[in-house]
Amino acid sequence: MTMIMLFIVASIAGMASVVDEAQFHRPVIACTMTGAVLGDITTGIILGGTLEMMALGWMNVGAAMAPDAALASTVSTVLVIVGHQSIGAGIALAVPLAAAGQVLTIFVRTITVFFQHLADKYADEGNMRGIELCHVAGLLLQALRVAIPTCAIAAVAGTDVVNNALNSIPEVITRGLQVAGGFIVVVGYAMVINMMNAEKLMVYFFLGFLLAVFTDFNLIGFGAIGAICAYFHIKDMQTQIAIEEAAKTGGGSAVEGDDIDDSDLM
Amino acid sequence: MAEKKVTKDDLFWTFIRSNFLLGSFNFERMQAIGFCVSMMPILKRLYEGDELKAALKRHLEFFNTQPFVAAAIMGIIGAMEEKKANGADISAATLSGVKVGLIGPLAGVGDPIFWGTVRPVLAALGAGIALTGSLLGPIIFFVGFNAIRLATHWYGVQYGYEKGTELVENIGGNQMHFLTEGSSVLGLFVMGALVAKWTTVNMPLVISEYDNAMGEHVVTTLQTILDSLMPGIVALLMTFACMKILKAGVNPLMVIVGLFALGIVGYAIGLFA
Repeated sequence: MTMIMLFIVASIAGMASVVDEAQFHRPVIACTMTGAVLGDITTGIILGGTLEMMALGWMNVGAAMAPDAALASTVSTVLVIVGHQSIGAGIALAVPLAAAGQVLTIFVRTITVFFQHLADKYADEGNMRGIELCHVAGLLLQALRVAIPTCAIAAVAGTDVVNNALNSIPEVITRGLQVAGGFIVVVGYAMVINMMNAEKLMVYFFLGFLLAVFTDFNLIGFGAIGAICAYFHIKDMQTQIAIEEAAKTGGGSAVEGDDIDDSDLM
Repeated sequence: MAEKKVTKDDLFWTFIRSNFLLGSFNFERMQAIGFCVSMMPILKRLYEGDELKAALKRHLEFFNTQPFVAAAIMGIIGAMEEKKANGADISAATLSGVKVGLIGPLAGVGDPIFWGTVRPVLAALGAGIALTGSLLGPIIFFVGFNAIRLATHWYGVQYGYEKGTELVENIGGNQMHFLTEGSSVLGLFVMGALVAKWTTVNMPLVISEYDNAMGEHVVTTLQTILDSLMPGIVALLMTFACMKILKAGVNPLMVIVGLFALGIVGYAIGLFA
């Protein structure tokens, strides 16, 4: 029964990893679901939170593909809960798993080129059901590429062979991995900042950093202050544009009250 | 001949289908099948026979953008297809041109807003709570993100259809630019806070150790010195180092492996604890 539930949860994570919509593949959700199925939701949530911080910058932008959070989340949760490993070990295991998952999804995304051509054929015939099936087939392959490895690992995790192998890792490695777990998140931050690619806005990054260093606000507080910064930044941009336009037309009254919907910024 | 009109139901089903846009992502034409499948409720309403086949084929062309803002393209193309079905002089090439022309600008808006700001900020918030073992963490992230995402899909399809080609001009305009920059400001601000708050670096390397005049044992470690200068400075420097390395094209997973190695070596020689 657990195996069937695990298969379903891993399938959902696998499908979500390609659609990237509802976010069932993000560690904080996927680990929680996997933990719930395996009977230890709290461990799942904590592992998920830790992995989520590490994976903060893993995103699909353009044709670039993120490391695979889905397989990393489900399998590392299985190893931590069924294989009785520490959260630290789970995080360390998640990294090679994310790389393995990436290879698997590349494989599937290559296979689906076949469905693309099949869809062309169905379009020639005006067969809409056929095109829909091509779409669903691609999605199901993505489900299987996570569900099958997850269930396979679940079947062997907890056996003596696997436990002995995992327990034979020397302490300096496991402790060192835990230490690294404290600052591994910087990779995620770096990816997000690089992706924004806005050097002239870095002053806001430093402002956030300084406020966090010297105050005790929580993240909601930072979100609110950040939104206010955004508001003033936009106001400033509007003023600039108004001034430029005024300069161009050679006069006219300055700032136009352009109502921008600030509620979207949150 | 009665005018062909896309119904509210058709738009609703396009909205539903748009949630699976990337389902059959492939390396040849990326989101092409997903786009075609999402457009089907509209195309079915407008065309039949050979016209339908041609419409299906033209929406199986290459497509790839940020998936949430893609909904707006579906709405715009839906409106154009409707005009075409009613005899307006819109060629297949024009439709493709608008579609492909929107991919870049919309991804340019969608990527920094959703992947750069909304998701990292909500995920960090959720993950921070999740670290305490509370189910509230995953729930906040899931509900918060999906509310914003579904609203974007829904209004994208509706608004895109209503405004049609009018919207195409808006996308390059100031409003979108404001939205992108504003969200980047928020995102970077929160990232700065996260670097300081959600990283743990402890360097217990002892620099000096002595008994002071009062006979107290004073231990100065690398960490106490750094903390007195600027807490979080190591995390900040690490972040900048990672940005440089990533910009040089190194795979993020290799950077993570490198940091793990740093942790192990650092722990072994007593630099980190």
